[in-house]
Amino acid sequence: MKTIVCIKYVPDTSEAEVKVNPDGKTVDNSRFSYDINDADNYAVEESVLIKEDKGGEVDVVSIGPKKSDVMIRMALAKGCDRAKRIEDERIADHDPLMVAKVLAGAIKSEEFDLIMTGCMANDDGHMSTGVALAEEVGVNHASMVKKVEVLDGKVKAHRELEGGLMEVVELELPAVLTIQTGINEPRYAPIRGIRQAQKKELSVAGLDDLSIDPAEVGAEASQVVLENLYIPEVESAAEFIEGEPEEKAEKLASILVKGGLV
Amino acid sequence: MGNVLLLAEHRQGALRDITFEMMAIAPKVAEDMGGEVTALLIGSGMDDMAKKLSEYGVKVQVIDDPVFENFNAEKYQKVLSALIDEKKPAVLMTGQTAQGVDFMPALAVEKKLPLVAEAVGLEYVDGTLKATRQMYSGKVSASVAFKPAETYLVTIREGAVEAPEPAAAGSVEKIDSPFKEDITYRKFVEYIEAEVGDVDITQSEILIAVGRGLKEDKNMPLIEELAQGIKADVAGSRAATDAGWIPHDRQVGTSGKTVKPKLYLAMGISGAFQHVAGMKGAKTVVAINKDPEAPIFAVADYAIVDDMFKVVPALQEKLKELKG
Repeated sequence: MKTIVCIKYVPDTSEAEVKVNPDGKTVDNSRFSYDINDADNYAVEESVLIKEDKGGEVDVVSIGPKKSDVMIRMALAKGCDRAKRIEDERIADHDPLMVAKVLAGAIKSEEFDLIMTGCMANDDGHMSTGVALAEEVGVNHASMVKKVEVLDGKVKAHRELEGGLMEVVELELPAVLTIQTGINEPRYAPIRGIRQAQKKELSVAGLDDLSIDPAEVGAEASQVVLENLYIPEVESAAEFIEGEPEEKAEKLASILVKGGLV
Repeated sequence: MGNVLLLAEHRQGALRDITFEMMAIAPKVAEDMGGEVTALLIGSGMDDMAKKLSEYGVKVQVIDDPVFENFNAEKYQKVLSALIDEKKPAVLMTGQTAQGVDFMPALAVEKKLPLVAEAVGLEYVDGTLKATRQMYSGKVSASVAFKPAETYLVTIREGAVEAPEPAAAGSVEKIDSPFKEDITYRKFVEYIEAEVGDVDITQSEILIAVGRGLKEDKNMPLIEELAQGIKADVAGSRAATDAGWIPHDRQVGTSGKTVKPKLYLAMGISGAFQHVAGMKGAKTVVAINKDPEAPIFAVADYAIVDDMFKVVPALQEKLKELKG
Protein backbone atom coordinates (compact mmCIF):
# COMPACT_ATOMS: atom_id res chain seq x y z
CA MET A 1 0.00 0.00 0.00
CA LYS A 2 1.20 3.41 -0.89
CA THR A 3 -0.62 6.22 0.91
CA ILE A 4 -0.24 9.93 0.49
CA VAL A 5 -1.44 11.97 3.45
CA CYS A 6 -2.14 15.67 3.00
CA ILE A 7 -1.85 17.82 6.12
CA LYS A 8 -2.31 21.46 7.01
CA TYR A 9 -0.62 23.71 9.56
CA VAL A 10 -3.31 25.71 11.35
CA PRO A 11 -3.51 28.26 14.17
CA ASP A 12 -5.04 27.19 17.46
CA THR A 13 -7.79 29.72 18.06
CA SER A 14 -9.90 27.57 20.37
CA GLU A 15 -9.33 29.71 23.45
CA ALA A 16 -8.03 32.89 21.88
CA GLU A 17 -9.50 36.14 20.72
CA VAL A 18 -9.31 36.43 16.94
CA LYS A 19 -8.59 39.80 15.36
CA VAL A 20 -8.91 40.83 11.74
CA ASN A 21 -5.97 42.73 10.22
CA PRO A 22 -6.56 46.29 8.94
CA ASP A 23 -6.63 44.94 5.35
CA GLY A 24 -9.95 43.29 6.29
CA LYS A 25 -8.95 40.17 4.40
CA THR A 26 -6.65 38.34 6.76
CA VAL A 27 -6.62 37.33 10.40
CA ASP A 28 -3.87 38.46 12.76
CA ASN A 29 -2.26 35.08 13.36
CA SER A 30 0.86 36.42 15.05
CA ARG A 31 -0.15 35.48 18.59
CA PHE A 32 -1.40 31.97 17.92
CA SER A 33 0.43 28.74 18.34
CA TYR A 34 0.27 26.52 15.25
CA ASP A 35 0.03 22.79 14.87
CA ILE A 36 -1.36 20.08 12.63
CA ASN A 37 -5.05 20.42 11.81
CA ASP A 38 -7.11 18.14 14.11
CA ALA A 39 -8.63 15.92 11.44
CA ASP A 40 -5.30 15.69 9.55
CA ASN A 41 -3.68 14.34 12.71
CA TYR A 42 -6.15 11.45 12.60
CA ALA A 43 -5.42 10.97 8.88
CA VAL A 44 -1.69 10.64 9.64
CA GLU A 45 -2.43 8.04 12.32
CA GLU A 46 -4.74 6.09 9.99
CA SER A 47 -2.13 6.06 7.23
CA VAL A 48 0.52 4.76 9.64
CA LEU A 49 -1.88 2.11 11.01
CA ILE A 50 -2.54 0.88 7.46
CA LYS A 51 1.18 0.80 6.72
CA GLU A 52 1.80 -1.23 9.90
CA ASP A 53 -0.98 -3.64 8.95
CA LYS A 54 -0.45 -4.02 5.20
CA GLY A 55 3.12 -2.84 4.63
CA GLY A 56 4.06 -0.15 2.15
CA GLU A 57 4.84 3.46 2.68
CA VAL A 58 3.35 6.84 3.46
CA ASP A 59 4.23 10.16 1.84
CA VAL A 60 3.31 13.46 3.44
CA VAL A 61 2.31 16.47 1.35
CA SER A 62 1.64 19.88 2.86
CA ILE A 63 1.28 23.43 1.64
CA GLY A 64 2.73 25.82 4.16
CA PRO A 65 5.57 27.97 5.46
CA LYS A 66 9.02 26.91 6.63
CA LYS A 67 7.92 26.88 10.26
CA SER A 68 5.49 24.05 9.47
CA ASP A 69 8.51 21.75 9.03
CA VAL A 70 8.15 21.03 12.76
CA MET A 71 4.70 19.54 12.12
CA ILE A 72 5.92 17.60 9.10
CA ARG A 73 8.88 16.15 11.04
CA MET A 74 6.41 15.02 13.70
CA ALA A 75 4.41 13.09 11.07
CA LEU A 76 7.67 11.52 9.87
CA ALA A 77 8.51 10.63 13.47
CA LYS A 78 5.19 8.80 13.80
CA GLY A 79 6.03 6.56 10.86
CA CYS A 80 5.51 8.42 7.60
CA ASP A 81 8.41 7.89 5.20
CA ARG A 82 9.08 11.09 3.31
CA ALA A 83 7.54 14.50 2.85
CA LYS A 84 7.08 17.28 0.37
CA ARG A 85 6.31 20.80 1.46
CA ILE A 86 4.93 23.25 -1.08
CA GLU A 87 5.50 26.90 -0.48
CA ASP A 88 4.48 29.59 -2.94
CA GLU A 89 2.77 32.84 -2.12
CA ARG A 90 0.99 32.88 -5.49
CA ILE A 91 -1.43 30.12 -4.40
CA ALA A 92 -4.97 31.44 -3.77
CA ASP A 93 -5.30 29.48 -0.55
CA HIS A 94 -8.68 31.00 0.38
CA ASP A 95 -10.21 28.78 -2.30
CA PRO A 96 -10.09 25.02 -1.58
CA LEU A 97 -10.49 24.31 -5.30
CA MET A 98 -7.17 26.06 -5.95
CA VAL A 99 -5.54 24.23 -3.06
CA ALA A 100 -6.78 20.91 -4.47
CA LYS A 101 -5.28 21.78 -7.85
CA VAL A 102 -1.88 22.46 -6.26
CA LEU A 103 -1.98 19.21 -4.27
CA ALA A 104 -2.95 17.31 -7.43
CA GLY A 105 -0.05 18.92 -9.27
CA ALA A 106 2.34 17.87 -6.52
CA ILE A 107 1.28 14.22 -6.52
CA LYS A 108 0.47 13.70 -10.20
CA SER A 109 3.65 11.76 -10.93
CA GLU A 110 3.24 9.50 -7.91
CA GLU A 111 1.72 6.04 -7.87
CA PHE A 112 -0.62 5.58 -4.93
CA ASP A 113 -3.39 3.41 -3.54
CA LEU A 114 -4.85 5.87 -1.08
CA ILE A 115 -4.80 9.58 -0.45
CA MET A 116 -5.98 10.59 3.00
CA THR A 117 -6.59 14.00 4.46
CA GLY A 118 -8.70 15.48 7.25
CA CYS A 119 -12.34 16.07 6.35
CA MET A 120 -12.28 19.62 7.67
CA ALA A 121 -9.74 22.33 8.46
CA ASN A 122 -10.01 24.03 11.87
CA ASP A 123 -9.43 27.47 10.36
CA ASP A 124 -11.51 27.92 7.20
CA GLY A 125 -13.68 24.81 7.49
CA HIS A 126 -14.83 24.33 3.89
CA MET A 127 -14.73 20.52 3.99
CA SER A 128 -13.98 20.69 0.27
CA THR A 129 -10.30 20.12 -0.46
CA GLY A 130 -10.18 16.31 -0.28
CA VAL A 131 -13.24 15.70 -2.46
CA ALA A 132 -12.03 18.30 -4.99
CA LEU A 133 -8.62 16.62 -5.00
CA ALA A 134 -10.21 13.26 -5.85
CA GLU A 135 -11.80 14.82 -8.93
CA GLU A 136 -8.55 16.54 -9.90
CA VAL A 137 -6.60 13.27 -9.85
CA GLY A 138 -9.53 11.30 -11.27
CA VAL A 139 -10.07 8.70 -8.55
CA ASN A 140 -12.87 7.53 -6.24
CA HIS A 141 -13.51 9.17 -2.92
CA ALA A 142 -15.48 9.02 0.30
CA SER A 143 -15.73 11.87 2.78
CA MET A 144 -16.13 12.08 6.57
CA VAL A 145 -14.74 8.60 7.08
CA LYS A 146 -14.70 7.14 10.59
CA LYS A 147 -13.57 3.59 9.84
CA VAL A 148 -11.40 2.18 7.06
CA GLU A 149 -11.18 -1.47 6.02
CA VAL A 150 -8.61 -2.14 3.30
CA LEU A 151 -9.59 -5.13 1.17
CA ASP A 152 -8.04 -6.60 -1.98
CA GLY A 153 -8.08 -3.76 -4.50
CA LYS A 154 -10.91 -2.11 -2.60
CA VAL A 155 -11.59 -0.18 0.53
CA LYS A 156 -14.65 -0.15 2.75
CA ALA A 157 -15.22 3.27 4.22
CA HIS A 158 -17.65 4.01 7.02
CA ARG A 159 -18.96 7.54 6.50
CA GLU A 160 -20.30 9.45 9.48
CA LEU A 161 -23.73 10.84 8.69
CA GLU A 162 -25.99 12.52 11.23
CA GLY A 163 -27.32 11.37 14.58
CA GLY A 164 -24.75 8.60 14.92
CA LEU A 165 -25.79 6.91 11.66
CA MET A 166 -23.01 5.43 9.52
CA GLU A 167 -23.05 4.78 5.79
CA VAL A 168 -20.76 2.02 4.59
CA VAL A 169 -19.50 2.36 1.02
CA GLU A 170 -17.13 0.20 -0.99
CA LEU A 171 -14.68 1.91 -3.31
CA GLU A 172 -12.29 0.53 -5.88
CA LEU A 173 -8.72 1.68 -5.27
CA PRO A 174 -7.05 4.07 -5.77
CA ALA A 175 -9.20 6.43 -3.74
CA VAL A 176 -9.23 9.57 -1.64
CA LEU A 177 -10.62 9.34 1.89
CA THR A 178 -11.32 12.41 3.97
CA ILE A 179 -10.91 11.40 7.60
CA GLN A 180 -13.17 12.44 10.46
CA THR A 181 -11.80 13.04 13.96
CA GLY A 182 -12.21 10.20 16.42
CA ILE A 183 -11.44 7.44 13.87
CA ASN A 184 -8.43 6.29 15.93
CA GLU A 185 -6.20 7.39 18.79
CA PRO A 186 -3.35 9.44 17.38
CA ARG A 187 -0.07 8.28 18.90
CA TYR A 188 2.65 10.39 20.40
CA ALA A 189 5.85 10.32 18.38
CA PRO A 190 8.33 7.92 19.97
CA ILE A 191 11.77 9.31 20.83
CA ARG A 192 13.42 6.92 18.39
CA GLY A 193 11.04 8.07 15.68
CA ILE A 194 11.88 11.70 16.36
CA ARG A 195 15.57 10.93 15.85
CA GLN A 196 14.90 8.97 12.67
CA ALA A 197 12.66 11.72 11.31
CA GLN A 198 15.62 14.09 11.08
CA LYS A 199 17.17 11.80 8.46
CA LYS A 200 14.02 11.34 6.38
CA GLU A 201 13.54 13.19 3.11
CA LEU A 202 11.69 16.51 3.34
CA SER A 203 11.76 18.31 0.02
CA VAL A 204 10.50 21.82 -0.56
CA ALA A 205 8.99 22.91 -3.86
CA GLY A 206 7.40 25.98 -5.40
CA LEU A 207 4.88 26.03 -8.21
CA ASP A 208 7.63 26.30 -10.83
CA ASP A 209 9.42 23.21 -9.47
CA LEU A 210 6.15 21.29 -9.77
CA SER A 211 5.44 22.61 -13.28
CA ILE A 212 2.17 24.10 -12.03
CA ASP A 213 1.11 27.20 -13.91
CA PRO A 214 0.64 29.95 -11.28
CA ALA A 215 -2.07 31.44 -13.48
CA GLU A 216 -4.17 28.31 -12.86
CA VAL A 217 -4.01 28.34 -9.07
CA GLY A 218 -3.75 32.02 -8.21
CA ALA A 219 -6.21 34.74 -7.30
CA GLU A 220 -7.00 35.32 -10.99
CA ALA A 221 -7.92 31.67 -11.50
CA SER A 222 -10.07 31.45 -8.40
CA GLN A 223 -13.72 32.17 -9.15
CA VAL A 224 -14.42 33.44 -5.66
CA VAL A 225 -13.19 36.61 -3.99
CA LEU A 226 -12.75 36.93 -0.26
CA GLU A 227 -14.18 40.42 0.11
CA ASN A 228 -13.83 41.00 3.79
CA LEU A 229 -13.52 39.37 7.15
CA TYR A 230 -15.15 40.69 10.27
CA ILE A 231 -15.83 39.66 13.83
CA PRO A 232 -19.51 38.72 14.12
CA GLU A 233 -21.47 40.43 16.83
CA VAL A 234 -22.37 37.83 19.36
CA GLU A 235 -25.81 38.57 20.64
CA SER A 236 -25.84 37.01 24.04
CA ALA A 237 -28.89 37.30 26.22
CA ALA A 238 -27.02 35.49 28.96
CA GLU A 239 -26.74 36.79 32.47
CA PHE A 240 -23.00 36.92 33.12
CA ILE A 241 -22.27 35.93 36.68
CA GLU A 242 -19.37 37.96 38.05
CA GLY A 243 -16.98 37.71 40.97
CA GLU A 244 -14.27 35.43 42.24
CA PRO A 245 -14.66 31.75 41.26
CA GLU A 246 -16.19 30.94 44.67
CA GLU A 247 -18.69 33.80 44.44
CA LYS A 248 -19.66 32.81 40.94
CA ALA A 249 -20.24 29.25 42.08
CA GLU A 250 -22.33 30.42 45.01
CA LYS A 251 -24.49 32.70 42.86
CA LEU A 252 -25.00 29.97 40.27
CA ALA A 253 -25.88 27.40 42.93
CA SER A 254 -28.46 29.77 44.32
CA ILE A 255 -29.96 30.45 40.87
CA LEU A 256 -30.20 26.73 40.15
CA VAL A 257 -31.76 25.81 43.48
CA LYS A 258 -34.12 28.77 43.78
CA GLY A 259 -35.19 28.41 40.16
CA GLY A 260 -36.08 24.79 40.80
CA LEU A 261 -33.64 23.74 38.11
CA VAL A 262 -31.92 21.12 40.23
CA MET B 1 -32.96 33.52 -16.39
CA GLY B 2 -31.63 33.30 -12.91
CA ASN B 3 -33.15 30.06 -11.75
CA VAL B 4 -32.16 28.33 -8.54
CA LEU B 5 -31.91 24.57 -8.60
CA LEU B 6 -32.28 23.35 -5.03
CA LEU B 7 -31.27 19.76 -4.41
CA ALA B 8 -33.50 18.41 -1.65
CA GLU B 9 -31.95 16.12 0.92
CA HIS B 10 -33.72 13.14 2.36
CA ARG B 11 -32.69 10.03 4.20
CA GLN B 12 -34.48 6.77 4.92
CA GLY B 13 -37.79 8.04 3.57
CA ALA B 14 -37.92 11.50 5.14
CA LEU B 15 -36.90 14.97 4.00
CA ARG B 16 -34.18 16.43 6.19
CA ASP B 17 -34.55 19.81 7.93
CA ILE B 18 -31.90 21.45 5.75
CA THR B 19 -34.20 21.04 2.76
CA PHE B 20 -36.84 23.26 4.37
CA GLU B 21 -34.23 25.66 5.74
CA MET B 22 -33.02 26.31 2.19
CA MET B 23 -36.58 27.42 1.40
CA ALA B 24 -35.81 30.48 3.56
CA ILE B 25 -32.96 31.45 1.23
CA ALA B 26 -33.60 30.18 -2.29
CA PRO B 27 -36.84 32.04 -3.23
CA LYS B 28 -35.41 35.50 -2.45
CA VAL B 29 -32.20 34.82 -4.39
CA ALA B 30 -34.19 33.47 -7.35
CA GLU B 31 -36.48 36.48 -7.30
CA ASP B 32 -33.57 38.91 -7.20
CA MET B 33 -31.92 37.07 -10.07
CA GLY B 34 -35.11 37.13 -12.10
CA GLY B 35 -35.82 33.42 -11.97
CA GLU B 36 -37.63 30.81 -9.98
CA VAL B 37 -36.85 27.90 -7.68
CA THR B 38 -36.92 24.32 -8.82
CA ALA B 39 -36.55 21.75 -6.07
CA LEU B 40 -34.99 18.52 -7.27
CA LEU B 41 -35.66 15.19 -5.61
CA ILE B 42 -33.42 12.29 -6.53
CA GLY B 43 -34.32 8.89 -5.13
CA SER B 44 -36.77 6.06 -5.29
CA GLY B 45 -40.47 6.17 -4.29
CA MET B 46 -40.81 9.78 -3.11
CA ASP B 47 -44.41 10.80 -3.84
CA ASP B 48 -45.10 12.01 -0.28
CA MET B 49 -41.89 13.96 -0.10
CA ALA B 50 -42.56 15.59 -3.48
CA LYS B 51 -46.00 16.69 -2.34
CA LYS B 52 -44.67 18.12 0.90
CA LEU B 53 -41.96 20.07 -0.93
CA SER B 54 -44.40 21.48 -3.44
CA GLU B 55 -46.31 23.10 -0.57
CA TYR B 56 -43.53 25.68 -0.45
CA GLY B 57 -44.78 27.13 -3.71
CA VAL B 58 -41.98 25.75 -5.82
CA LYS B 59 -41.74 23.59 -8.88
CA VAL B 60 -40.66 20.13 -7.77
CA GLN B 61 -38.91 17.88 -10.25
CA VAL B 62 -38.50 14.24 -9.37
CA ILE B 63 -36.02 11.72 -10.67
CA ASP B 64 -37.48 8.48 -9.41
CA ASP B 65 -35.46 5.37 -10.11
CA PRO B 66 -34.49 2.35 -7.94
CA VAL B 67 -30.88 3.02 -8.91
CA PHE B 68 -31.04 6.03 -6.56
CA GLU B 69 -32.48 4.12 -3.60
CA ASN B 70 -29.45 5.08 -1.52
CA PHE B 71 -27.28 8.17 -1.81
CA ASN B 72 -24.21 7.70 -3.97
CA ALA B 73 -21.97 10.72 -4.54
CA GLU B 74 -20.81 9.51 -7.95
CA LYS B 75 -24.34 9.04 -9.26
CA TYR B 76 -25.48 12.38 -7.89
CA GLN B 77 -22.53 14.08 -9.54
CA LYS B 78 -23.41 12.53 -12.90
CA VAL B 79 -27.06 13.58 -12.67
CA LEU B 80 -26.26 17.13 -11.60
CA SER B 81 -23.53 17.52 -14.19
CA ALA B 82 -26.05 16.64 -16.91
CA LEU B 83 -28.73 18.89 -15.43
CA ILE B 84 -26.35 21.85 -15.24
CA ASP B 85 -25.68 21.44 -18.97
CA GLU B 86 -29.34 21.02 -19.80
CA LYS B 87 -31.06 23.53 -17.51
CA LYS B 88 -28.26 26.04 -16.99
CA PRO B 89 -29.43 27.07 -13.51
CA ALA B 90 -27.88 30.28 -12.18
CA VAL B 91 -27.45 28.67 -8.78
CA LEU B 92 -27.20 25.06 -7.65
CA MET B 93 -27.83 24.91 -3.94
CA THR B 94 -27.74 22.06 -1.44
CA GLY B 95 -26.86 21.48 2.20
CA GLN B 96 -23.39 21.35 3.72
CA THR B 97 -24.18 17.90 5.01
CA ALA B 98 -22.60 14.48 4.84
CA GLN B 99 -24.33 14.31 1.46
CA GLY B 100 -23.49 17.77 0.09
CA VAL B 101 -19.82 17.70 1.07
CA ASP B 102 -19.44 14.34 -0.63
CA PHE B 103 -20.06 15.54 -4.18
CA MET B 104 -20.30 19.34 -4.52
CA PRO B 105 -16.51 20.01 -4.54
CA ALA B 106 -16.00 17.28 -7.15
CA LEU B 107 -18.83 18.67 -9.25
CA ALA B 108 -17.29 22.16 -9.06
CA VAL B 109 -13.95 20.82 -10.28
CA GLU B 110 -15.56 18.78 -13.07
CA LYS B 111 -17.63 21.68 -14.39
CA LYS B 112 -14.97 24.34 -13.66
CA LEU B 113 -17.54 26.25 -11.62
CA PRO B 114 -17.11 28.26 -8.41
CA LEU B 115 -18.16 26.82 -5.07
CA VAL B 116 -18.78 28.49 -1.75
CA ALA B 117 -19.16 25.88 0.97
CA GLU B 118 -21.20 26.26 4.12
CA ALA B 119 -22.80 29.62 3.50
CA VAL B 120 -24.99 30.96 6.30
CA GLY B 121 -26.39 33.68 4.05
CA LEU B 122 -26.68 34.32 0.33
CA GLU B 123 -27.77 37.43 -1.55
CA TYR B 124 -27.68 38.88 -5.03
CA VAL B 125 -26.50 42.48 -4.90
CA ASP B 126 -25.90 44.71 -7.94
CA GLY B 127 -25.32 41.78 -10.24
CA THR B 128 -23.03 39.89 -7.86
CA LEU B 129 -23.90 36.82 -5.85
CA LYS B 130 -22.43 37.09 -2.36
CA ALA B 131 -22.27 34.53 0.40
CA THR B 132 -21.58 34.91 4.09
CA ARG B 133 -19.76 32.10 5.82
CA GLN B 134 -17.89 31.54 9.04
CA MET B 135 -14.31 30.67 9.83
CA TYR B 136 -12.30 29.80 12.94
CA SER B 137 -15.24 27.93 14.50
CA GLY B 138 -17.54 30.92 14.20
CA LYS B 139 -15.15 33.54 15.58
CA VAL B 140 -14.77 35.24 12.19
CA SER B 141 -17.34 35.93 9.48
CA ALA B 142 -16.35 36.18 5.83
CA SER B 143 -18.09 37.84 2.95
CA VAL B 144 -17.31 35.97 -0.26
CA ALA B 145 -18.25 37.20 -3.74
CA PHE B 146 -18.64 34.96 -6.75
CA LYS B 147 -16.97 36.10 -9.97
CA PRO B 148 -19.43 35.91 -12.90
CA ALA B 149 -20.07 32.28 -13.88
CA GLU B 150 -22.69 30.23 -15.75
CA THR B 151 -23.71 28.46 -12.57
CA TYR B 152 -22.82 29.22 -8.97
CA LEU B 153 -22.49 26.26 -6.61
CA VAL B 154 -23.24 26.84 -2.96
CA THR B 155 -23.85 24.69 0.09
CA ILE B 156 -25.83 25.98 3.07
CA ARG B 157 -24.99 25.29 6.70
CA GLU B 158 -27.51 23.16 8.58
CA GLY B 159 -29.48 25.14 11.14
CA ALA B 160 -28.21 28.53 9.89
CA VAL B 161 -31.72 29.82 9.23
CA GLU B 162 -35.20 28.87 10.38
CA ALA B 163 -37.34 26.96 7.93
CA PRO B 164 -40.35 29.01 6.78
CA GLU B 165 -43.95 27.80 6.95
CA PRO B 166 -45.35 26.26 3.75
CA ALA B 167 -46.37 29.10 1.43
CA ALA B 168 -48.46 28.16 -1.57
CA ALA B 169 -49.27 25.24 -3.80
CA GLY B 170 -46.54 24.39 -6.26
CA SER B 171 -46.26 21.65 -8.82
CA VAL B 172 -44.73 18.19 -9.10
CA GLU B 173 -43.30 16.80 -12.30
CA LYS B 174 -41.35 13.61 -13.00
CA ILE B 175 -38.34 14.02 -15.22
CA ASP B 176 -36.12 11.49 -16.96
CA SER B 177 -32.90 10.48 -15.34
CA PRO B 178 -29.91 11.58 -17.37
CA PHE B 179 -28.01 8.77 -15.69
CA LYS B 180 -28.45 5.49 -17.55
CA GLU B 181 -25.83 2.94 -16.60
CA ASP B 182 -25.16 1.86 -13.03
CA ILE B 183 -21.64 2.18 -11.71
CA THR B 184 -19.50 -0.40 -9.94
CA TYR B 185 -16.55 1.61 -8.64
CA ARG B 186 -18.48 2.98 -5.67
CA LYS B 187 -21.15 0.89 -4.01
CA PHE B 188 -23.48 1.54 -1.12
CA VAL B 189 -23.13 -1.36 1.30
CA GLU B 190 -25.32 -0.61 4.31
CA TYR B 191 -26.34 1.80 7.02
CA ILE B 192 -25.15 1.08 10.53
CA GLU B 193 -27.43 2.57 13.18
CA ALA B 194 -26.01 4.33 16.21
CA GLU B 195 -25.01 2.07 19.06
CA VAL B 196 -27.29 2.20 22.07
CA GLY B 197 -25.56 2.89 25.35
CA ASP B 198 -26.61 2.62 28.99
CA VAL B 199 -28.05 6.14 29.11
CA ASP B 200 -30.26 7.75 26.49
CA ILE B 201 -29.24 11.41 26.75
CA THR B 202 -32.13 12.50 24.52
CA GLN B 203 -34.40 11.69 27.47
CA SER B 204 -32.27 13.28 30.21
CA GLU B 205 -33.79 16.02 32.39
CA ILE B 206 -30.43 17.46 33.43
CA LEU B 207 -27.27 17.14 31.38
CA ILE B 208 -23.73 18.14 32.19
CA ALA B 209 -21.75 18.28 28.97
CA VAL B 210 -17.97 18.54 28.86
CA GLY B 211 -15.71 19.68 26.04
CA ARG B 212 -12.08 20.21 25.20
CA GLY B 213 -11.71 22.32 28.35
CA LEU B 214 -11.80 19.15 30.47
CA LYS B 215 -8.18 18.69 29.33
CA GLU B 216 -7.67 15.16 30.63
CA ASP B 217 -9.50 11.97 31.47
CA LYS B 218 -8.39 12.23 35.08
CA ASN B 219 -10.63 15.29 35.49
CA MET B 220 -13.77 13.25 34.81
CA PRO B 221 -14.44 12.28 38.47
CA LEU B 222 -14.94 15.96 39.28
CA ILE B 223 -17.73 16.13 36.72
CA GLU B 224 -19.19 12.78 37.70
CA GLU B 225 -19.44 13.82 41.34
CA LEU B 226 -21.23 17.01 40.41
CA ALA B 227 -23.56 15.01 38.18
CA GLN B 228 -24.34 12.58 40.97
CA GLY B 229 -25.20 15.41 43.33
CA ILE B 230 -27.84 16.89 41.03
CA LYS B 231 -28.95 13.65 39.36
CA ALA B 232 -27.61 14.70 35.99
CA ASP B 233 -26.40 12.55 33.13
CA VAL B 234 -23.01 13.31 31.61
CA ALA B 235 -22.62 14.02 27.91
CA GLY B 236 -19.94 15.65 25.77
CA SER B 237 -18.92 17.54 22.68
CA ARG B 238 -17.15 15.98 19.73
CA ALA B 239 -13.77 16.84 21.29
CA ALA B 240 -14.73 14.95 24.46
CA THR B 241 -15.88 11.82 22.63
CA ASP B 242 -12.91 11.88 20.23
CA ALA B 243 -10.60 11.97 23.25
CA GLY B 244 -12.42 8.98 24.74
CA TRP B 245 -13.61 10.79 27.89
CA ILE B 246 -17.25 10.26 26.97
CA PRO B 247 -18.83 7.31 25.12
CA HIS B 248 -19.80 8.05 21.51
CA ASP B 249 -23.51 7.53 22.13
CA ARG B 250 -23.38 10.50 24.50
CA GLN B 251 -22.07 13.00 21.95
CA VAL B 252 -24.27 16.07 21.55
CA GLY B 253 -24.39 17.72 18.13
CA THR B 254 -25.20 17.25 14.47
CA SER B 255 -23.23 14.03 14.13
CA GLY B 256 -24.41 12.87 17.56
CA LYS B 257 -27.61 13.37 19.53
CA THR B 258 -30.08 16.22 19.67
CA VAL B 259 -31.03 16.82 23.29
CA LYS B 260 -33.66 18.94 25.03
CA PRO B 261 -33.12 18.71 28.78
CA LYS B 262 -34.62 21.20 31.19
CA LEU B 263 -31.08 22.12 32.33
CA TYR B 264 -27.90 21.91 30.25
CA LEU B 265 -24.58 22.71 31.89
CA ALA B 266 -21.85 23.21 29.27
CA MET B 267 -18.41 22.91 30.83
CA GLY B 268 -15.35 23.88 28.82
CA ILE B 269 -17.32 23.70 25.57
CA SER B 270 -16.54 26.40 23.02
CA GLY B 271 -19.87 25.94 21.25
CA ALA B 272 -19.07 25.19 17.63
CA PHE B 273 -22.30 25.37 15.63
CA GLN B 274 -22.31 21.58 15.19
CA HIS B 275 -22.58 21.28 18.96
CA VAL B 276 -25.06 24.10 19.43
CA ALA B 277 -27.36 22.54 16.82
CA GLY B 278 -27.71 19.55 19.13
CA MET B 279 -28.50 21.41 22.37
CA LYS B 280 -30.27 24.65 21.51
CA GLY B 281 -33.57 23.00 22.43
CA ALA B 282 -32.50 22.88 26.09
CA LYS B 283 -34.74 24.94 28.34
CA THR B 284 -32.03 26.55 30.47
CA VAL B 285 -28.39 26.64 29.46
CA VAL B 286 -25.51 27.37 31.82
CA ALA B 287 -22.08 27.78 30.21
CA ILE B 288 -18.75 27.84 31.99
CA ASN B 289 -15.76 28.62 29.80
CA LYS B 290 -12.60 30.62 30.36
CA ASP B 291 -12.69 32.09 26.84
CA PRO B 292 -14.99 35.14 26.93
CA GLU B 293 -15.29 34.91 23.12
CA ALA B 294 -16.61 31.34 23.17
CA PRO B 295 -19.69 31.07 20.91
CA ILE B 296 -21.44 28.93 23.54
CA PHE B 297 -22.26 32.13 25.45
CA ALA B 298 -24.54 33.21 22.61
CA VAL B 299 -26.97 30.44 23.50
CA ALA B 300 -26.48 30.51 27.27
CA ASP B 301 -28.96 31.82 29.83
CA TYR B 302 -26.33 31.99 32.57
CA ALA B 303 -22.67 32.47 31.77
CA ILE B 304 -19.51 32.17 33.82
CA VAL B 305 -16.23 33.23 32.28
CA ASP B 306 -13.70 31.36 34.38
CA ASP B 307 -11.65 28.24 34.82
CA MET B 308 -14.09 25.36 35.26
CA PHE B 309 -11.68 23.64 37.65
CA LYS B 310 -11.99 26.56 40.06
CA VAL B 311 -15.76 26.89 39.74
CA VAL B 312 -16.96 23.30 39.70
CA PRO B 313 -15.66 22.16 43.12
CA ALA B 314 -17.12 25.28 44.75
CA LEU B 315 -20.38 24.81 42.88
CA GLN B 316 -20.67 21.26 44.12
CA GLU B 317 -20.05 22.42 47.67
CA LYS B 318 -22.65 25.21 47.51
CA LEU B 319 -25.26 22.97 45.92
CA LYS B 320 -24.77 20.47 48.71
CA GLU B 321 -25.27 23.21 51.32
CA LEU B 322 -28.38 24.61 49.68
CA LYS B 323 -30.04 21.32 48.91
CA GLY B 324 -29.06 19.81 52.24
